[in-house]
Formats: sequence, C-alpha cells, structure tokens
Amino acid sequence: MEYVISVLLSGISVGGQYALIAIGYTLVYGILRLINFAHGDVFMVAGLMGIYFTATMPYSVSIPLVIIITVVLGFVIERAAYKPLRNAPRMSVMISAIGVSYLLQNTATYITGGQPMTYPVIPFLAGTVNVAGTHTKWVVIITPFLVLALVVALNQLINHTKIGMAMRAVSKDFETSRLMGIKINSVISATFIIGSGLAAVGSVLFFTNYPAITPTAGAMPGLKAFVAAVFGGIGSIPGAVIGAFLIGICETIIKGLPSSWDVSVFSDAFTFALLIVILVFKPQGLFGEAATDKV
Amino acid sequence: MSEQLLKIENLKVRYGGIEAVRGISLDVRAGETVTLIGANGAGKSSTLRTVSGLVKPAEGRIIFGGEDITDKDPTYIVSKGLMMVPEGRRIFPNLTVLENLKVGAYLRKDDLDEDIEKVYEYFPRLKERSWQEGGTLSGGEQQMLAVGRALMGRPRLLMMDEPSLGLAPIVVQEIFRIIRQISESGTTVLLIEQNANMALHVADRAYVIENGMITTEGTGEELLKDEKVRAAYLGSTS
Repeated sequence: MEYVISVLLSGISVGGQYALIAIGYTLVYGILRLINFAHGDVFMVAGLMGIYFTATMPYSVSIPLVIIITVVLGFVIERAAYKPLRNAPRMSVMISAIGVSYLLQNTATYITGGQPMTYPVIPFLAGTVNVAGTHTKWVVIITPFLVLALVVALNQLINHTKIGMAMRAVSKDFETSRLMGIKINSVISATFIIGSGLAAVGSVLFFTNYPAITPTAGAMPGLKAFVAAVFGGIGSIPGAVIGAFLIGICETIIKGLPSSWDVSVFSDAFTFALLIVILVFKPQGLFGEAATDKV
Repeated sequence: MSEQLLKIENLKVRYGGIEAVRGISLDVRAGETVTLIGANGAGKSSTLRTVSGLVKPAEGRIIFGGEDITDKDPTYIVSKGLMMVPEGRRIFPNLTVLENLKVGAYLRKDDLDEDIEKVYEYFPRLKERSWQEGGTLSGGEQQMLAVGRALMGRPRLLMMDEPSLGLAPIVVQEIFRIIRQISESGTTVLLIEQNANMALHVADRAYVIENGMITTEGTGEELLKDEKVRAAYLGSTS
C-alpha cells in the first residue's frame, strides 16, 4: 500500500513537470502551428544554468535568475530563428527549430565538455518528508500544487486580460488581428516568454529528482511533454496538462511494476505506443478541436 | 467642400506578375459615403487591402488625413483611425461577442462602455448574444458583429469589403439600413460592393472599377441613371 502511494505520488510529480514543458509546446503550436523542437533543449539549458548559478549565488537569487535568462533565451530564439521565416512554409520553420535544438545541445557540450553535471541539492526541494507512511522528497509534494497554481494563473491571463484576448485572436486569424491593431510579433513573443518561463520552473523541479544533466537531457522529457500535448489535443492548455499528468502516472506505474516482470525498461516505448493508440482513435487528441487548417 | 480624408494617387498593386490594380486614383472627403463597385476580380478588394496596409503597393501613394501612409504597417494605420470590415466577416469564432467588440478597440486605452452600448443600440441582437462565442452566430449576425467591431475603433474612416456577401436579401437590407445610419451619424464610409443597386442608394459618390482601373465616377444618383452602369451592374437595359 505504501509502495502504491509512493509510486502514485512520484507519477503525479513527474506528470506535473511534464505539464510545465507541455504548455510551452501547446501555446506555441496554438499560435504559430509550429512544433518548437528546441523547447526541450531550452529546458536542458535552464537545468545547466541552475547548476552554474547555484554554485556561486544563493538560491533566492540564482533560481529567479535561471527563470529570467531562460525567458530571454526563448524570446531571442523566436526573434532570431523563427521570425525571419514568418512567411516561409511551415516546414522551413520546423527545420530551423531542429537547427536551434542542435545548436543548444552542441553549445552545452562545448561548455560542459560533455560530462554529466550534478544538479545541486536544493534544501527546500530535495529534503525528505513523510507522507502516508512513505518517505519522499519535498519536490514531489510541491510540484502538483505549484503546477496547479501556475495553470490557474495562466488561465486567468489567457481568458481575462487584454494580451490573453490578443493571443486567442491571433491563434485564429493573423490577418484580421493585424486589422484590429494587434502587433502579431509581440503576441508571439509573449507565448515564447510564457512557455520558456514555465519550462525553467519545470527544470528546477525535474532535475532535483535526477542526479545528472547531460547535453541531451532535454530530449526525452521534451519529447514526452510533446507527446502529452498531442495526447491532450495540441493547442489546448487543459489538454496538455491533463495529458502530461496521465503520461507521468502511467510511466511511473510501469517503472514501478515488480522487477520480476521485467517490463520497466519498456516504459518509454509504452508512452509512445499510447500516443499512437490515441491518435488512431482520436486524431485530434483528448481536447483538441477538429482539424481545420488556418485560413 | 469638406476636407479630404483619404486620397489614393495612381495606385498599382501586383501579385507576382499579375497587375490587379492598374493605376487607381480616388478620394474620400470627411463625412462622405463613397462606394467602389465592380465585378469579381476587378481590383476592389486589392485596393482596400492596400489602403489598410495588408498589401504593399507596387506604385502610387495613399494619403490619409494629410499623412502619407503608403508604406506603413496595419497597426499604425489602425492607430490613425482607419478601421476595416474585412471580406467574409472574419470575426473571431473563439472569442465571445463582447470580446470581439473589445478587440476592435484594441489600441484604445479609454473607457469602452459607451461605445459598446452604442453598438448594441445599432444591433440589439448582439446584446442578447453578448456572452456567446462569435462562431455560434448566424452569417448575418456575424456581419453585424464585424461592423460593430470596426466601430469600436472609433474610425475616422470605416472601410467595408462586401458586407452583403453571402447574406439573405432581408439581412442585406438590414445591413444597409445600418450603414446609412452610421454614415448619417457622421462617420466617413468607403464601401466596396458587388451589390451595386444597394451600394449606389446609400452612397454620396461612387466609382466603377473594371480590370483594375476606374472607368466611371459620379454621384450615386448619377450612376444609378447611367446607361452603361445599369446594363453592366444593375441587370437592366431599359
């Protein structure tokens, strides 16, 4: 019983961390119809910055700084690699995103020398706590509440502010939005800023549970978050969050099955099999809108 | 004679190798309702889209309120008081009726309540549907919303691209009744229409555009009586 609770707790926590990354994918897709392949690597860079900054600065300075610089990174990537291709076919932008992904990975290899880097033990996240008879890290308890708070805040922003209204308008119709005086590029920048900021928060939570960061450490969580976004219906924020929690929980359950069954090694394969099954039966995902291409 | 609000000089628009607009000059004075009539593909929409900044002209100048806006972007042009009701309505289907109206006032920082009330007076049906998503409205209601949305920007010049397109005759009549009201309330209107009969009845002045060039101009009444216009656009040879 205690084992089941601990598996569920960690599943919810991993799911919450995927959710923070998945929102970045789904927001950008909702506006630009672009799969931002570099998003997972932005997440990895945030993790590395966490290592370097916390080594020299107190947590109260270094963690906000990680978030701020990740946000700037997301903004700069969009302006430098995607904005010049605004009128190009979507495939070109996607290739540009793959290019940025490798640029970030290679830069990380250059700086770290390719060695796995150890993520710092942040006391208020890595400390242990006793819940229902099982010992777990604080981060496992904090993650779902923090994710919930951030999602509620994001929902308020999108549904009840002027910039949120502009984001929704732009996601449907670029040209008419321009005729209303909306600056498309500012709105697009805003989505990258929000997505990168959430990924930075996610990196602090995620890497606290993982001992080391390599230059490709963003690829797998990034891919799973992307799967979560597609699973939930890409473009939908609630879809991405729910998809991420489901994938996190399923994955942890498989990893937690008795070792004599010898299936835990297949947990990643399961994640993608799940995506395929969902896409066969519900091509638009759980909460996605029926496929209508942008006019 | 009142001040000139919009002046288009020798406008040429090309898409690839095709010249859609081949040297149009026209002007709209403050307080007037001017209509541009012509067949499909005559260059009406291209002219309007160029004025709004969506399309860059190959040649020519566009002067609005005494300022050259030829190469300005749409946001700047909107900020100068030029609002457009786009062809095919183009309301935001995922925004509520009220939000669609607010988006029309995106660049305004003052209080919007009075203007929202005014739009609801023009179109009481929108008030009933205030919290409905734009995409759930009927075609006629969406057109009303598109007009209301543009009015929310407090336009000095309201441009409408085929507001009657695809609507039932009775709805077309209602839209034109509102256009007349808007124009009587002092807003300057530039109207593009294929429905020449309705357009010429509300317009002070009119231009006929054929193959990217203006072929005839005059007051609405003059053009209603013009033999060639009647034959080509009003479906009557008598």
